[in-house]
Amino acid sequence: MSQVVETAEHAKKDATYFLALKELLFQLADDDLLIAFRGSEWLGLAPHVEEDVAYSSITQNTMGHAVMYYNLLEELGIGTADLLAHDRKSEERRNGIYLEKRNGEGNYLDEPYYDWALAVVRNYFYEAFKKIKLEAVANGSYKPLANVARKVLMEHHYHLAHWKLWIKQLGSSSDEAKKRIQGRVKEAWEEFADVLELGKHANDIRSHNLVSIGEEEMKDRWIDEVRTVLVEIPDGSLGKKYGSGRNGDHTQDLEQAVNTLAEVYNSDKTAAW
Amino acid sequence: MYNYVEDGDSKTTAYVEHDQEKSDAFMARIEAGEKIEADDWMPADYRQALIKLISMHGISEIMGALPEKEWVPKAPTLRRKLGIMAKVQDEMGHGQLLLRVAEDLMKPYGKTRENLMEDLLNGDLKFHNVFHMPTKTWADAGMVGWLVDGAAIISQTNMLDASYGPYQRALQRICQEEVFHAQHGESIIMALAEGNQYQRDILQESLNRWWPSLLMFFGPASAETTGSSKQDIMIKYKIRKSTNEELRQAFLSKYMPRVFSLGLTVPDETIRYDEVEEKWIYKQPDWDEFKQIIRNNGPRSKERLRLREIAYENNRWVRQALATEPVNV
Repeated sequence: MSQVVETAEHAKKDATYFLALKELLFQLADDDLLIAFRGSEWLGLAPHVEEDVAYSSITQNTMGHAVMYYNLLEELGIGTADLLAHDRKSEERRNGIYLEKRNGEGNYLDEPYYDWALAVVRNYFYEAFKKIKLEAVANGSYKPLANVARKVLMEHHYHLAHWKLWIKQLGSSSDEAKKRIQGRVKEAWEEFADVLELGKHANDIRSHNLVSIGEEEMKDRWIDEVRTVLVEIPDGSLGKKYGSGRNGDHTQDLEQAVNTLAEVYNSDKTAAW
Repeated sequence: MYNYVEDGDSKTTAYVEHDQEKSDAFMARIEAGEKIEADDWMPADYRQALIKLISMHGISEIMGALPEKEWVPKAPTLRRKLGIMAKVQDEMGHGQLLLRVAEDLMKPYGKTRENLMEDLLNGDLKFHNVFHMPTKTWADAGMVGWLVDGAAIISQTNMLDASYGPYQRALQRICQEEVFHAQHGESIIMALAEGNQYQRDILQESLNRWWPSLLMFFGPASAETTGSSKQDIMIKYKIRKSTNEELRQAFLSKYMPRVFSLGLTVPDETIRYDEVEEKWIYKQPDWDEFKQIIRNNGPRSKERLRLREIAYENNRWVRQALATEPVNV
């Protein structure tokens, strides 16, 4: 089934297509949910007011992208978008582990020693990858998703430009900024690899043409992109220090994120909010 | 003729022109309803009243993001998450707009936004009493949008024709956005009011808790209550039209019927509208407590300031990196 699939009903007819699509949608939705959640913790704490306005705008858009993917999952009959976002166990979540990482020491309500270098490196690395993945999805076989991807790419252009500017500016300014950015780049290099992967259903996702290029090519393109911006590429290959989020491996940081984002939801799951 | 004037609590001083002829011409412009622009001549007390008003307004928008921000990551549905994110982002945007207006006004005194942030952290620059209060449940996220922003709309609409052009124009946009915020808050409140017992309970508890702060929102009726008030100079220079008490009355007239229609009560059994006097009779909030709150001795004053302080200190390296030359900011 590699021809264009127009509707959710059509997608459900082929079990392996359906499963591959579901995995891909959870990756897209969970990645955006988690990075937007981390962004929402930063609200009010950015380096200056203008950045607070810009970053919260990006975060809001990104949360909106997650909602669109969860809606596509809802159309497939997997569960309501709210349930999928708030009420899944860690091992069911498919976001890359690096995206769940805490913003720094402390809590967003109390003594948040958040690190702007982490925010810049993480957002730039993620947005650079998101472009590559969405372009592959926009040319993929599931039409409802391809349409969403095209829409997201229009906003995404500005998100990527924003973080690229930050990493370039900080990467070429004071010694301290260079050192902090380089430290976070090195750390990301050891942890980012699973974000670039498509998980255990990678072959089906590609063979059903849900994405127009495979994960190896996505990774190569991503490395080419970050090479144009990074002052120094760390030695060695990319790692996935904590496992693969695509296959349900996660850290305590995801628990903290999910407990927080679902705190009110969990206070009464039957209530209409 | 030049006078040497002190700029508020700061040690910064500046020469400011005092010229009777210019003052008279300025007052004539005010009386004629003209708008004053940033580069126009203005009397020192006008400039100082504006700096105080607008810097406090701007900083309050930024500090005001903090109580609501507590609920942004926790909002109970995806739709509510998007709504409250957009709302708090708007508030930061208002802060930015207003700080830009304040920066222009402060220029002759050689002061910048950095000074405002420092004044906030050392307690010289106050922020609005409501933002010193705790938020305990999701109902507070609704209450801030519905009644706190509802109060803000009333107090800001009062200045929509303010004589200072840059502020007046910023307020047009701010008030339009605040209307959406009040609707956002009302939507959260309606869901709770129509919800189960737990939801109705947290809603009523939230209103009880916010009630004194809402009455305090508009400030004391007269300077005698707290020892200082800029109402008179604000009205003289046509920065605002109505008094604090007139605004509070307008708030009660607008919102009391809505409060009662949702089946909610307020913690004041004496509150009533007096048809003869044509005004609301209500129990005064504790104005001594108000004084304590705005002196940063409110229930959450220290914690909120601490958040700003951490953000400020923690990001110092970023500001230094962005500066064209290495400076100690």
